[in-house]
Amino acid sequence: MADTPTEAAPRLALRGITKRYPNVLANDGIDLDVLPGEIHAVLGENGAGKSTLMKIIYGVVEPDAGVMRWEGEPVRIDNPARARKLGIGMVFQHFSLFETLTVADNIRLALEPRQSRQLRQRIRDISTRYGLPLTPARRVHTMSVGERQRVEIVRCLLQRPRLLIMDEPTSVLTPQAAQRLFETLRTLASEGVSILYISHKLDEIRALCTRATVLRAGRVTGQCDPRRETTASLARMMIGGDLPHTVHREANAGAPALRVQRLDVPADDPFGTRLSGISFDVREGEILGIAGVSGNGQKELLAALSGERTLARADAIMIDSAPVAKLDAFARRKLGLAFIPEDRLGRGAVPEMNLADNGLLTARGDGNVAHGFIRERSVVAFAKRTIAAFGVKAGGPDAVARSLSGGNLQKFIVGREIGQRPKVLIAAQPTWGVDVGASAQIRQALIDLRERGVAVLVVSEELDELIEICDRLAVMTQGRLSPAKPVRETSAEEIGLLMAGATSGEITPTGTSAPARAEAR
Amino acid sequence: MNEIAQIVVLTLAAGTPLVFAALGELVVEKAGVLNLGVEGMMLVGAIASFIVAAKAGSPWLGVFVGALAAALLSQIFAVIVLTLRANQVATGLALSLFGIGLSAFIGRPFMSVVIDGIKPLAVPGLSTMPLVGKLIFGHNPLVYLSIALFLAVQVFLQRTRAGLVLRAVGESPQSAHAIGYPVIAIRYAAVLFGGACAGLAGAFLAVAYTPSWVEGMTAGRGWIALALVVFASWKPWRVMIGAYLFGSVTLAQFQAQAAGVAVPSQLLAMLPYVATVVVLALISRDATMIRLNAPASLGKPYHPE
Repeated sequence: MADTPTEAAPRLALRGITKRYPNVLANDGIDLDVLPGEIHAVLGENGAGKSTLMKIIYGVVEPDAGVMRWEGEPVRIDNPARARKLGIGMVFQHFSLFETLTVADNIRLALEPRQSRQLRQRIRDISTRYGLPLTPARRVHTMSVGERQRVEIVRCLLQRPRLLIMDEPTSVLTPQAAQRLFETLRTLASEGVSILYISHKLDEIRALCTRATVLRAGRVTGQCDPRRETTASLARMMIGGDLPHTVHREANAGAPALRVQRLDVPADDPFGTRLSGISFDVREGEILGIAGVSGNGQKELLAALSGERTLARADAIMIDSAPVAKLDAFARRKLGLAFIPEDRLGRGAVPEMNLADNGLLTARGDGNVAHGFIRERSVVAFAKRTIAAFGVKAGGPDAVARSLSGGNLQKFIVGREIGQRPKVLIAAQPTWGVDVGASAQIRQALIDLRERGVAVLVVSEELDELIEICDRLAVMTQGRLSPAKPVRETSAEEIGLLMAGATSGEITPTGTSAPARAEAR
Repeated sequence: MNEIAQIVVLTLAAGTPLVFAALGELVVEKAGVLNLGVEGMMLVGAIASFIVAAKAGSPWLGVFVGALAAALLSQIFAVIVLTLRANQVATGLALSLFGIGLSAFIGRPFMSVVIDGIKPLAVPGLSTMPLVGKLIFGHNPLVYLSIALFLAVQVFLQRTRAGLVLRAVGESPQSAHAIGYPVIAIRYAAVLFGGACAGLAGAFLAVAYTPSWVEGMTAGRGWIALALVVFASWKPWRVMIGAYLFGSVTLAQFQAQAAGVAVPSQLLAMLPYVATVVVLALISRDATMIRLNAPASLGKPYHPE
């Protein structure tokens, strides 16, 4: 625990870094040492202050107090250009790429003019050396998320960084692509580059990192060697308690409640994905999961299912054997559909409206509206019930949606949708950006709903989450959906390969097949 | 033959105010800023250039001061929307109304003043050459300037690093900031350039095209320039096509009026605007091209963290 660095002088040393935002103390007196050539994990839940701390190191955000030393010298990093000059590179969680520009232009933008000579050749050199294949002339918007991340990494490496910051790099990768990334990072560390690795995925950190600093609510709560810890002990440091567990009983599925047959949707947007031949059923009392790296048609599929986009062939989508594909979102909700969109502020809730009014947006039954007039008391009561049932931390029904934390607002939205007593519930990335406690609660709510005989469809990038809660899983790649398989008969590796674009025929049933291992390398 | 040359000369001249104004606005929008104040800036440029040309007797000094005045006006807009982060649409509309009113107010004493404007080029020996003389050497000097501006904007946006940075700022100011570019400063510079170009457009009208001052003499050309940028899908060469199309229809409707066609003159005067918008709307129906060329952050204020 208390292994103070004695081996080598730290490359980067932070002392007492503090950053206050209007409502929160994001970083509170943080000390951190990063040694040359180490892979140092910064571990913490969403909202623990990891991203703020990294932005401070990279000069995107300025701290209110504290000192930074780089190679022993005190430094003030007030913008990213200064950080890069020192030798600090950062790969962002939400990439800082320009979609309409080519790979080469994106990289050129981040380099000094004199560094960009023979750029294409140098991009090719770096990408072969570290196993990050790239085509310099391609435009970024045509690339998958994994490829975009490669662009970011190559862009950093061309500047020969001595410290590389990786912010949640695997959240968008398939398990195989993550393994490849780890190889790259290990190579870099062996060449003396320090790596700051931000994550909340405990297994990953145990496999990759040599030291970890744990943050909770803006403070450092522990330092350890993650290789000598267990997932449970890391989790205790991270959330101050044990990881919550969800209870999952055997499925008892009934008749199909949501049926999608040969759904084709042309892409109406050049950055979108065309859906072709999508068919699946969600039965009463089961949870079907759709896995896949986002950008493979999930957005288009969800728009078609929710009714935001209507289709020409009515029986492409059926709810309780009623053809609904021509109906709009409101009409579909009347037939028993509830929908939890991916984007909480904007589609799930109106940021400026209070919780009571946000509840009314979809909860039009329950006597909330009579003859076109809103019944205030009933609306407030509904919001109060939802707040109480889901333990939403908010100032009450009057609290404005924007003022809630992501997790609390998501709990409210989930509660509101479940409160409609739906026959079919569709949830898109239900726990994205939500803290561990609220995630567990939301997952449990979905499972409970299933027990009550509701058909639940979950579209998510978080493979672990899908494996935990779903009865059957299908994978979406490039606008197509693989046949759904019972979760018990599949494995994270197999799903990962499907996500990477293999067809199910190429994979042996055991999962960790020969091609899987070859991919991982 | 000579008549064709004359038609070309007049068409280019009629389109030139749009070339200046729209190319300037194109650069502004490529940086992610929507300045709806083009009409107002054009008028201020027009009256400033006209006053200087009348008082100092130098139309060229007038052109310079016209561009300068509109550039200064654009910086008021820049402070309001970039530093104070006000709504760009509302501020731009206000800027137009302000420019229209201001130019009318300070221009009142100059309504019937006559000045010596900038004349078309007359190169001894060359401009009088048969066939090509007038076609190549017979334009107003400012027309050549506008064509040079087109080439410069095209090369700047597509071939230079600074142009790449400007496009990057318009595409994603957050990303540009994250890799260390001064987003706000770049946007200030773009707005300044757009203002100067609008000023040139106004000055061309007041001291070269119809050397005179008439209240509201831009006659909506600032608005058409805004539409031109959008319908041209933010491509400079399409701006040129649109501008000269406007010029040729303007010319045609003058001819029609002169020939006494039995159509109300108001309808004829409307034609250049309608034709430009319709034709450009038709050629820019390709959604992919619009998505690839439209600056993604257009009109959205940028809040640095």
